[in-house]
Amino acid sequence: MLPEMTAIAPGTLPKSPPRGGAARARLLRGLLPALSLALVLMAIAWLNPRAISYFGFNLMLNLAIPIALATISQMFVIAGNELDLSIGTFVGFVGCVTATWLRDAPLVGIAVLLGSIGVYALLGALIHLRNLPSIVVTLGMSFVWQGLAILILPKPGGKAPEWLLAITSFKPPYIPFPILAALIIGAVVHFGLMRTSYGVILRGSGGNAAALRRAGWSLLRTKIVLFALTGLFGVLSGMALIGITTSADANIGNGYTLLSIAGVILGGGEFVGGRVSPIGAVIGALTLALAASPLLTFMHIPPDWQVAANGAILIIVLAARVLISRRER
Amino acid sequence: MLQAIADIVRLDGAEKHFGAVRALSGVDFHVGAGECVGLVGHNGAGKSTLMHMVAGTLRPDGGQIAVRGNQEASYSVARALELGIRCVFQELSLCPNLSVAENTRINHPSLSGLGWRRKAAALIQAKLDEIFPDHRISADDIAGDLSIGRRQMVEVARAFTLTREPLHLVILDEPTSSLDAHTAGQLLAFVRRFVASGGSCILISHVLGEVLQNADRIVVMRDGKVVAADAASAFDRDKLVAAMGGAEGHQKAAAETRKVEAGALRVRARPARQQDGKELVARAGEIIGLAGLAGHGQTDLLLAIFSAASRARAGVEVTAPVALVAGDRQSDGIFAQWSIAQNIGIRSLQRLRNGLLISPQREADLAEFWKKKIGIRTPDMNNNIFSLSGGNQQKALFARALGSDAEIVLMDDPMRGVDIGTKLEVYDLVREEASKGRTFLWYTTETEELDNCDHVYVFKNGRIVANLGRDELTEEKIIQSSFGDAS
Repeated sequence: MLPEMTAIAPGTLPKSPPRGGAARARLLRGLLPALSLALVLMAIAWLNPRAISYFGFNLMLNLAIPIALATISQMFVIAGNELDLSIGTFVGFVGCVTATWLRDAPLVGIAVLLGSIGVYALLGALIHLRNLPSIVVTLGMSFVWQGLAILILPKPGGKAPEWLLAITSFKPPYIPFPILAALIIGAVVHFGLMRTSYGVILRGSGGNAAALRRAGWSLLRTKIVLFALTGLFGVLSGMALIGITTSADANIGNGYTLLSIAGVILGGGEFVGGRVSPIGAVIGALTLALAASPLLTFMHIPPDWQVAANGAILIIVLAARVLISRRER
Repeated sequence: MLQAIADIVRLDGAEKHFGAVRALSGVDFHVGAGECVGLVGHNGAGKSTLMHMVAGTLRPDGGQIAVRGNQEASYSVARALELGIRCVFQELSLCPNLSVAENTRINHPSLSGLGWRRKAAALIQAKLDEIFPDHRISADDIAGDLSIGRRQMVEVARAFTLTREPLHLVILDEPTSSLDAHTAGQLLAFVRRFVASGGSCILISHVLGEVLQNADRIVVMRDGKVVAADAASAFDRDKLVAAMGGAEGHQKAAAETRKVEAGALRVRARPARQQDGKELVARAGEIIGLAGLAGHGQTDLLLAIFSAASRARAGVEVTAPVALVAGDRQSDGIFAQWSIAQNIGIRSLQRLRNGLLISPQREADLAEFWKKKIGIRTPDMNNNIFSLSGGNQQKALFARALGSDAEIVLMDDPMRGVDIGTKLEVYDLVREEASKGRTFLWYTTETEELDNCDHVYVFKNGRIVANLGRDELTEEKIIQSSFGDAS
């Protein structure tokens, strides 16, 4: 029928795919978060062998769970090519609600927390419909959450509900609770976002939104779902934080905004393109939590310098990632 | 009535405007069951706009669309999919961050629940095996890792996978543009099998041979209208080219034949993808045209020459300062917050300097000189650049390039959307400057503009495929070369 087109001349067969290299680089990049965590752990073990114990991990990873939850929360917006600059103050707001209303008037507390998730969903809708930059909208919202938190709790105080304290002080046998919780968070979110059929749509909205629209999917809906999930995990993060610290402060979560973004990137996520990894994000959060104070304290770095040292660790890990990605191309 | 029911889709008087541009003006178009319709036309003829309408991604501004004889009042992508109409778009529409199986899932809402991943993988794998037996693509491959040809294969195969929704019509917009001859042949053979089994297909291709051999009926579009439609057997290559480019032929503007003595070498450049020895050579005083279909490497070569002027680059030799007149003036040309004078002066800051600062006096002098010379219509050159009409904005960009020390001026299709009066003024200016020894490299999608050139390089797939002298330059020749099947 098509003599000159169907005739297969020897040598015109497609060449073997150049995918081996790309796959190897991806594997390497996927292992990088785990590698950096292992590196930090080894450093700690070398500096202070006694820290590697059930009790030691409980102590060192004390704050890892709220950080991990905030990181997961940030990961959902990043999956849709957006950024949430309000997550830190939102965690603080949730903390204040948890330490006051959720204890004194549980129904009001629950309603407020659910309402705040609804606000996140509305922000997603607003950002999509008006085509606004999420950085601007969430930066504005960060002041709103901060202001609300101060209104609820003008000075540090309040107390976590008993049931929350019971959960966070749970001591499972053999495995330290923060590690167990991190495993569960990672597994649940991995299943939801990476394995379910709607998770594919959510990630696809970050990868190629036009393709999704042409296939008949609602981008408004994906954005709302992603932002609502961000709100949900922000609420969980704030509650976990209060469960651990037992009382609240309007500024308690302020550092979480940048910490969560760093955690996502450290965990192998990218700012655009829908490339995120829930398990990586949890590992990234754990690495940050460990590198933040335990490691630096063991290294006898004075507290004045810890923030800078923390930043240096971030830069080293991210630089390694850039080097690997560059080889991929 | 019978005829209407046999039609899968029928558009009557479809119209579409983008701002002042009329992309489609009253097009009648239909596809019957078990029919492969070939759609050809030059860039901007309205083919893609028409297909977006059939696929439901664009709403017509006027006219009606009927599917299987039923008028569709609120036609959308979702409705089109429900009715079994699918489209493989020209720009690749896979999500690069997802696997092949996951990309398949996106097109099939019913692929959900337990085991969807396995089902999606089996579905796409089977279709790939059917269309491209030796594809060597795994359903687990991440789309972004695949070569562009393999991505296109996945996309085509995905369009033919079948779950809950029916499949009656598949629109293939340039489906073979990234495929080699072997896989293209496999695809076209599959299309024939699909049509023989009762499916319908719209085949858009710039490779005229493909259309002539595979379509049952061919529709030719030009300037937003259908200019010819007949059985494929009624056409041959020359007839198609004539219908696309205008059968009346092109009357050459009675431009005076400029005498060009071979000046000093200014540019010698070889496109990165050129495999044979062809290269672009430009000498002082020459106007060189870059022709061919849009996006076939002309802009890339201009940008390569531009960057070679400041940093040595393999395969490109540039011997004089270079200035670029951008085609997309809103995004690449204009400083939106600046005045007209500042926009003109930016390429000549060295000369405008007085000590460490820019001299307002010199900047104003330069602007005033070009205001007179090129006829920028404004009461005050210190007004914001956006106070000018589109054509005058473009003049300001020309003034920026011509007012500079650049001996080589690169023009990246700068006359898009410019009125004819401005065009003629600029043509005169370009010829005048060339006769003073400047070199112009002029990429244009408008064939008439090539009449101003001394000779023309025709591009295809990032390569130079022809070098036409001024006397052998006809629209037909350019179309012939840029649509050439052999490459």
